Amino acid sequence: MHGYSFILKSTNLTALSAGLLWWADRKLLCVSDLHLGKSERMARRGGSLLPPYENKETLTRLALAINALDPVTVICLGDSFDDLASLDALDTADHSNLAAMMAGRRWIWIEGNHDAGPLNIGGTHLAQFETGPLTFRHIAKVNSNGEISGHYHPKASVKIKSGSLTRPCFLIDETRAILPAFGAYTGGLKTTDPAFSPLMGENAIAVLTGAQALPIPMPR
Amino acid sequence: MTKLPAKFSDWFTAHGWEIHPHQSDLLARSHDPATLLIAPTGGGKTLAGFLPTLTELADNPPVGLHTLYVSPLKALAADIKRNLETPIHEMNLPIRVESRTGDTTQTQKKRQRADPPHILLTTPESLAVMLSYEDGAKTFAGLQRVVIDEIHALAESKRGDQLMLCLSALQSIAPNMRRVGLSATVEDPPALATFLARNPDPCDIILADPGPEPDIQILHTDSPPPWSGAGAAYSIPDVLKLVKTAKTTLIFINTRAQAELYFRAIWEAIEDQLPIALHHGSLSREARDKVEAAMVAGALRAVVCTGTLDLGIDWGDVDLVIQVGAPKNIKRLVQRIGRSNHRYNAPSRAVIVPANRFEILEAQAALDAVIENDLDGEPRGDGPRDVLCQHILIRACAGPFDADTLFAEVTQSGPYHSLTRPEFDACLDFCATGGYALRAYDRWQRLLQNPAGLWQLRDPRATRAIRMNIGTIVDTETLKVKWRGRGGAPLGEIEESFAATLTQGDTFLIGGQVVRYEGLREMTVQVTKGHKAPKIATFMGTKFATSTLLSTRIIDILHAGDWSPFPAHTRDWLQVQNRISAMPKPGRMMVESYWRDTTAYTCFYGFAGRNAHQTLGLLLTRRMEEAGLNPIGFVATDYAVLIWGLDAITDPAALLSPDDLRTGFAGWLAGNAVMKRSFRNVATIAGLIEKNLPGKRRTGRQATFSSDILYNTLLKYDPDHLLLQITQTEAMRGLVDFGRIEEMLTRIKGRIDHIQAPHVTPLSAPMLLEIGKVPIKGAAIEKAAAVRASELMREAGL
Repeated sequence: MHGYSFILKSTNLTALSAGLLWWADRKLLCVSDLHLGKSERMARRGGSLLPPYENKETLTRLALAINALDPVTVICLGDSFDDLASLDALDTADHSNLAAMMAGRRWIWIEGNHDAGPLNIGGTHLAQFETGPLTFRHIAKVNSNGEISGHYHPKASVKIKSGSLTRPCFLIDETRAILPAFGAYTGGLKTTDPAFSPLMGENAIAVLTGAQALPIPMPR
Repeated sequence: MTKLPAKFSDWFTAHGWEIHPHQSDLLARSHDPATLLIAPTGGGKTLAGFLPTLTELADNPPVGLHTLYVSPLKALAADIKRNLETPIHEMNLPIRVESRTGDTTQTQKKRQRADPPHILLTTPESLAVMLSYEDGAKTFAGLQRVVIDEIHALAESKRGDQLMLCLSALQSIAPNMRRVGLSATVEDPPALATFLARNPDPCDIILADPGPEPDIQILHTDSPPPWSGAGAAYSIPDVLKLVKTAKTTLIFINTRAQAELYFRAIWEAIEDQLPIALHHGSLSREARDKVEAAMVAGALRAVVCTGTLDLGIDWGDVDLVIQVGAPKNIKRLVQRIGRSNHRYNAPSRAVIVPANRFEILEAQAALDAVIENDLDGEPRGDGPRDVLCQHILIRACAGPFDADTLFAEVTQSGPYHSLTRPEFDACLDFCATGGYALRAYDRWQRLLQNPAGLWQLRDPRATRAIRMNIGTIVDTETLKVKWRGRGGAPLGEIEESFAATLTQGDTFLIGGQVVRYEGLREMTVQVTKGHKAPKIATFMGTKFATSTLLSTRIIDILHAGDWSPFPAHTRDWLQVQNRISAMPKPGRMMVESYWRDTTAYTCFYGFAGRNAHQTLGLLLTRRMEEAGLNPIGFVATDYAVLIWGLDAITDPAALLSPDDLRTGFAGWLAGNAVMKRSFRNVATIAGLIEKNLPGKRRTGRQATFSSDILYNTLLKYDPDHLLLQITQTEAMRGLVDFGRIEEMLTRIKGRIDHIQAPHVTPLSAPMLLEIGKVPIKGAAIEKAAAVRASELMREAGL
């Protein structure tokens, strides 16, 4: 699996081209913003009836990474479900796929703004999780140090001859890393958005995901 | 038989006018269920359409709506209102006329639904919105007549399909409603009549006197036009001379980018104070209004414009039309020439300016066709099903409906008369459940059947979103362009994809001015005055392909060998071609191969139009790659595809085998960017995704995601889904245009003349100079991105 390796608080981490974060020394895999159940939630609220295949797609991609890396710990960094009712909407195949991935490993659900509250599913449920020098939480805090978060769905563009290429991306500087959204039905927020300026330092880079992990200076 | 009442004939006499024969013909048929009037511009067409209404309402008109007038342009509705008020006022008729468009206030709209005027002027989209309200049945209960203006233009797009569905709905509310269509010259009037009339009502066609033959010429300059390109800058001195001979000139140019460049070049060439202006669809409304007002006031000598001025009110005294670049389509050329037909009995004057050598041939073919009145046009396809999906949702907003009744109503409309029940049911199922193979939305259906068996919205709050989404025009995403720090009206709009390629300091042309890109603020492009040579704004616009009829005529000209109408330089060019190679022949395909240095070139003269050739180039190079012929690139024009590579093509017939092409097409099509764009349009119209409303697009939202994701998901998990079927159908036309490739294959039936030329041939040489060459890539994009990324990192010292 292609990735971009970097060091945060003396910890060796890899931003995988598939959009997940890998901490090899701990065999810890972190993924953010799965937004499972999104199409169901939109329909429930009287909106469009989107193709109801995003859970299958998201879980298949997640399973691919888990099978390849066999992590001891998996952290889902919040907004794993589009809302609290979304869990009930998963079909039996989705449930058993999820159960198969969770079996035999430590699984931590961090609470996000979409799925804050009790969820009737196995694993550990936490508001945030600290281990070694790192803190895992859903939304980044301005003055934190050694923080891994999600929430913003960052994306960035790189100009090439035939136009420009826009991809979901990691944002990384000396104090933190922000993960791209992993869910199939997720949009992105351009790194040029003012929301990122208080969070990311001068030398921040964006690592574009896709076929390869592409580091570029974070476009502002 | 209705005769003109005395009040009206007196009014005509008082003005020194006489009623036109087609006006009295239409009056005589005023009780027919449907009538189509075909008349040139300036022929009193609109008055003809309204005379029956005015006479019916002349004495003691009943309260309520009598006539609905629908036009493709808001501006036209406002203009017609002014024109109607003159006879109403002068004859003192007790008739109330109002317009309802997107610009009408909410209070006004509400009042109009409760208390409609006698004559309501509106657009197809506004009509659809009115029909989405529960009180629509009351508003339209007494409707007697509907007048569709510029119906030929509406029939060319999905707006026409939507309108015809709305007319069917109106007809159910007001069974006695009569229909009148007003059209410019078209190639197939009976087809347009079928489109207009309730199936199977008859529809008489009235052809007005087309007026005198137009005076139409090709501009032959002393210096020959360039070998390639579409700029036509060479023609500017001669065009300026022509402009000075006329009172007001319309200069039509095929694309917005070219119009910007041509206007800029003319502007720089003008020595005296000749007032000229620019008009195209990407300029701000304010800028266009200003030009239009100046035009009406007679303050302009020339306007450089695109298709935006194809329709609309008569602008001042246009007495000359100049078409720069090949006309591509004869019908459109005739309609454009008609714009100078301001006075009914004066011949229109028009000049065609070929932009390059090949266009001299096309201009001649077009001129011959205009003189012989041989018009082209693609036959209309069946009514598109995405429009039907939207219509079903609109009907659901108005209240519960019965599926059988709605099906009967829909099939009464011209475009949907051959719709089958299973096709209808699939659309209804899409609206109700999403129509997915995985039945996921049993609990959350959008439409439900109530105990009486009628379909209704599950959640009545959905009406708001459905109404917001009404319409079939899906705009490309654009950004407004404004002067930095100066406030004021925007200069115009550029496409978001173009804006994404700009960095600070880049310059581009908009509204004839060079501006410098400074940055993006709150979804507005900030610019300052620019000086250096501009990058050109890339507007998507419509890229017209040369029509089939025009292409056939060009082959005939080449093959016939009578080149006497052409200037000497063109004759020489063709004679040398004949000596070195050959000429394309009707019913066959000519293929030329030759070497230049170590590169093998092959030119396929398909004459199937630019879009189809682009597709053909992609398909052929794919097949060449499979065959190990190492293609490097290709370029497509309206006439041919030129492919180059490391190895020579020895058997073009094998490459062109129809079955293999079709298989290749199916595989290639799925991942194509054009397909994704078509899908976005289809999904928006059908109500799967919401339209981006101008100005309403929220910034900083990570919740919305691209329609490409939905496309890819459907393709992977539900490849037979209705929306993918519709997208596929559309790809046969438009930018992919595989339909033209099929047509070409049928035409040549495997008859291929493969010529080995000693060197580059005169006919194919201009193609080597064409811009828009397509390199064969794949992994190339990833590689380019990686190179660029490492450059950036190095520059930043990271």
